[in-house]
Amino acid sequence: MFGIVTIIQWAQNFDMGIKEIQEEIVDEFSMFEDWMQRYEYMIELGKSLPMIKEQYKTDDNIIKGCQSKVWVHAELEGDKLVFTADSDAIITKGIIAILIRAFSNQKPKDIIEAETDFIDEIGLKEHLSPTRANGLVSMIKQLKLYAVAYQTQLN
Amino acid sequence: MIQTVFDILSIRKDFPILNRKVNGYPLVYLDNAATSQTPKKVIDTIVDYYSNYNANIHRGVHSLSQEATDVYEQARQKIQRHFNAAKPQEIIFTSGTTHGINLVANGFTSLLEKGDEIIVSALEHHSNIVPWQMLCERTGAVLKVIPMNLEGQLVMGEYHKLLSQRTKLVFCNHVSNALGTINPIEEIIAAAHKVGAAVLIDGAQAAPHIKADVQKLDVDFYVVSAHKMCGPTGVGMLYGKEEWLNKLPPYQGGGEMIAEVTFEKTTYAELPHKFEAGTPNICGGIAFGAALDYMNAIGFDAIAQYEQELLEYATQELLAIDGLKIYGDTKEKTAVISFNIEGLHPYDIGSILDKLGVAVRTGHHCAQPIMDFYKIPGTVRASFSFYNTKEEVDILVSSVRRAKTMLL
Repeated sequence: MFGIVTIIQWAQNFDMGIKEIQEEIVDEFSMFEDWMQRYEYMIELGKSLPMIKEQYKTDDNIIKGCQSKVWVHAELEGDKLVFTADSDAIITKGIIAILIRAFSNQKPKDIIEAETDFIDEIGLKEHLSPTRANGLVSMIKQLKLYAVAYQTQLN
Repeated sequence: MIQTVFDILSIRKDFPILNRKVNGYPLVYLDNAATSQTPKKVIDTIVDYYSNYNANIHRGVHSLSQEATDVYEQARQKIQRHFNAAKPQEIIFTSGTTHGINLVANGFTSLLEKGDEIIVSALEHHSNIVPWQMLCERTGAVLKVIPMNLEGQLVMGEYHKLLSQRTKLVFCNHVSNALGTINPIEEIIAAAHKVGAAVLIDGAQAAPHIKADVQKLDVDFYVVSAHKMCGPTGVGMLYGKEEWLNKLPPYQGGGEMIAEVTFEKTTYAELPHKFEAGTPNICGGIAFGAALDYMNAIGFDAIAQYEQELLEYATQELLAIDGLKIYGDTKEKTAVISFNIEGLHPYDIGSILDKLGVAVRTGHHCAQPIMDFYKIPGTVRASFSFYNTKEEVDILVSSVRRAKTMLL
């Protein structure tokens, strides 16, 4: 599946800012012609990335959406915040992969200030509507909350 | 082959929403157990009410108010006739099933003592568990549960063992919302009455498919929502035997429910108004009556027969998919299929089906104890109505196959 390599490489791309990464994701998604291709790509992302260590898949780290479970773990490495996450639903997992790619390995301050409009631009808005019961809205909130907490710690 | 017992194409024409497209595909609406669609006759009734005789009821001296009151009370009589209640005052308009259950649960607060027992079934919707837990907290009564088996049926032997002189109330749904199982409520009611317990049956999922006769059932309370049977949301009915409704105290205070008010003492209105505080959902009640007229004109026997044929066809076609498992595969069920595919999350399947224009419900269906019993996060639930077709079943099945190919 095209695109996967780029995704794997992102981890090394420590220097890219959130906005740049988001633009890159938008570019990638612009290649897709319809929802089927977008979904197939997300499903592929979801399958390819084991994202969180089993030890962190605890009840404390769970974000309860109504339907799919989402786990998030955050750790400070130097002055950057690293997120790992997982879900029991594969499409949710694919979207998580995209969110992690955009927000992980970034300074807490940048995460706090980051916009999430790129999700609309890649045609996944429906998954992030507050009434969608998949835990993703809560997940973004949680990423930002972690950033706020670690920002305080850095200060 | 489905032997169409009525003209399905002309029935579909009655539902304007069935013509729309979703995500570029023709809508295949298979979430009828959540809410049913609304036929034009009901929509017209709503428009007619607001266009021609919208007024507050039961108190106006003017003609419009009288007209609205008459039509609203006629709707109550239609509901009474439909469920074969002995008297119109045994029909209480509610905002829906949940409201009806809470009204009864609240009323029993003053009738229960510490150590009394309430029995609920393991097949309940959350709305039929939580009010009883709250009632138990208020009164010190104890909640007992009728267990279920893997086929999604209640274990009746266990139920009979739970019954005793301490049992004061039994609550059970007529049809399980998560699985579609039709529960043996005749047996449940008769056995409860032998120990002197009252029985409330949640008819929300049964009413769109089965015409319940409350006198024949000898049930004490029966609750339904209009929106699951072609009516609007926000209105429903509580049937209660007159003797029981007289025993229960009013639920909410307000206008309509009083006979006389002084600062020293208020006396309550007669049934049914005692339980209908405030201005009711007048238009909703009238539209509920129109929905019953519509469904009765088609006929519940014809509806049941057609839906069973759809159910059998859909079950057979879905089971042909490798790795697909149906939960609650009993003989006695309404047209509901709750399923999973091995290795796939129901949310993923539902998301792809939605993209293909197929509306199903995914998740725990507000019945977490049932999902815990099967040790699954939830299911995909396709629930059929008399306006669904065999062709729509085919679209469901091909869409599920497509989702499986994409996801696995």
